[in-house]
Amino acid sequence: MPELIAKQAWAGQASVTKAGLSLVPLEDRAIWSVALFPGGAEAAGAVLAPLGLGFPQPNRWVSAGAARLVWTGRDQAFLMGAEPPAGLAGAAAVTDQSGGWAGVALSGPGLAQALARLVPVDLTPAAFPEGAAIRAPVNHMSAVILRTGAEAVEIWVFRSMARTLWHELAEVLDRLEARIAIKG
Amino acid sequence: MRLKCPLCGERDRREFYYSGAADYLSRPEAGAAPAAWDDYLHNRDNPAGVTRDLWYHEQGCAQWLVVTRNTVTHEITAVELVAGRAAE
Repeated sequence: MPELIAKQAWAGQASVTKAGLSLVPLEDRAIWSVALFPGGAEAAGAVLAPLGLGFPQPNRWVSAGAARLVWTGRDQAFLMGAEPPAGLAGAAAVTDQSGGWAGVALSGPGLAQALARLVPVDLTPAAFPEGAAIRAPVNHMSAVILRTGAEAVEIWVFRSMARTLWHELAEVLDRLEARIAIKG
Repeated sequence: MRLKCPLCGERDRREFYYSGAADYLSRPEAGAAPAAWDDYLHNRDNPAGVTRDLWYHEQGCAQWLVVTRNTVTHEITAVELVAGRAAE
């Protein structure tokens, strides 16, 4: 058997801090898609309860310790940072997405204004509060965006688009930094 | 133009793909008369007023939507999920 070496999506990528915003690559982690079978909500809820997680409402995510359950579509959520509990496969189609998604953390004041350049959704705290998770485009990429703090979000895209995501976000930071420099 | 996705909330038009008339939801039964298939595939009303069409929320929740809108006033009166709807 050849020995395969798992490569992190962001291998070698350093963090960037510009214009007061910090862009940080996130470690790959276990990600499982949990797509409820019709009528499977109750059974899935019972199986997930011991993890401390309830199936999230649309546009929300829930967490317990390192485990989170992030709404990603109708009757679908991503289980991140935990293995699916036994019995979940009876209530939902559970598929391993680990390594298929790449995430970044973006934080700092002016976060919503910076992302407004790429995401056509209001991401100010009033419209996108703590616990919110949405499906939205980042420029042309389909993404999952989570509010993780008062001035912090995570953005996840298909791993194949990781470099493009980084390019888009780094360019926003560059331009905001340039604008600050011009103002002096 | 903005559509209020039943799951995602109000979103920009660029997130959606326009597919065509909602007639596509009423597929004739197998063995239906050729005229029924002709209607299903080719014949569409072109109303000055209320019309219903299919949109796909491809940059959001990936759901098919039935949008009821007015071609004269551009008013959008309903956006509903195709999933879970009663057969038409």
